[in-house]
Amino acid sequence: MNFDKELDASGLNCPLPILRTKKALAELGAGQVLKVVATDPGSVKDMQAFAKQTGNELLSSTQEGGKYQFFMKKK
Amino acid sequence: MKKLAIIATKGTLDWAYPPYILASTAAALGYEVQIFFTFYGLQLVRKDTSCLKVSPLGNPGMPMKMPFGPKWFRDINWNIPNIIQANIPGFETLATALMKQTIANNGVATIADLRDMCQEAEVKFLACQMTVELFGFEHSDFVDGIDYVGAASFFEFAGESDICLYI
Repeated sequence: MNFDKELDASGLNCPLPILRTKKALAELGAGQVLKVVATDPGSVKDMQAFAKQTGNELLSSTQEGGKYQFFMKKK
Repeated sequence: MKKLAIIATKGTLDWAYPPYILASTAAALGYEVQIFFTFYGLQLVRKDTSCLKVSPLGNPGMPMKMPFGPKWFRDINWNIPNIIQANIPGFETLATALMKQTIANNGVATIADLRDMCQEAEVKFLACQMTVELFGFEHSDFVDGIDYVGAASFFEFAGESDICLYI
């Protein structure tokens, strides 16, 4: 999937992946896509909750070898 | 915009986390947030966060595990009786050092970092002027950007809030 910016939140725990995501999205324009990589298992549900409450669109959420990958489209 | 009002009343390292985690996360979700720091909660806004310590004494819910060494060693839960904890000088300092190491090992933010993130996200800090005087603090002991107010000012915001937490 194409993306405009990548955020590596590996090794960070709650609430840092969400706070960093929010900050990274602020640097993007509407419709641009942010890729986030995280290792916190809680981030799977948290990213969904973040998207739902902020109106940004979670395009995909996948897991590969202990890492979680998210693509978030800015509102 | 939804509003979150928090009253922070605890002044230990472990209890410093809930208000700052919830406030920073709510701000990231688009909430307007205020934290009212009162009584021991004032410790959470001191410039020097090294005053925050954790006490395992009388806290049976706190696992006592070592943040270093081989896995079998780290898995041991050290059940140290209260009467021994209470009589070892520097026990809280030791427990606090171990807790800080555990926090760093787990990729959990420091209190100073979380607090900075709250302030960057425009979480508003209010401090209880009465307890500032009661405990003999000076405004210069605390981080910048705090409003020193009384209970009535807290209610002005809390009365309109969607969520109000006492921590």
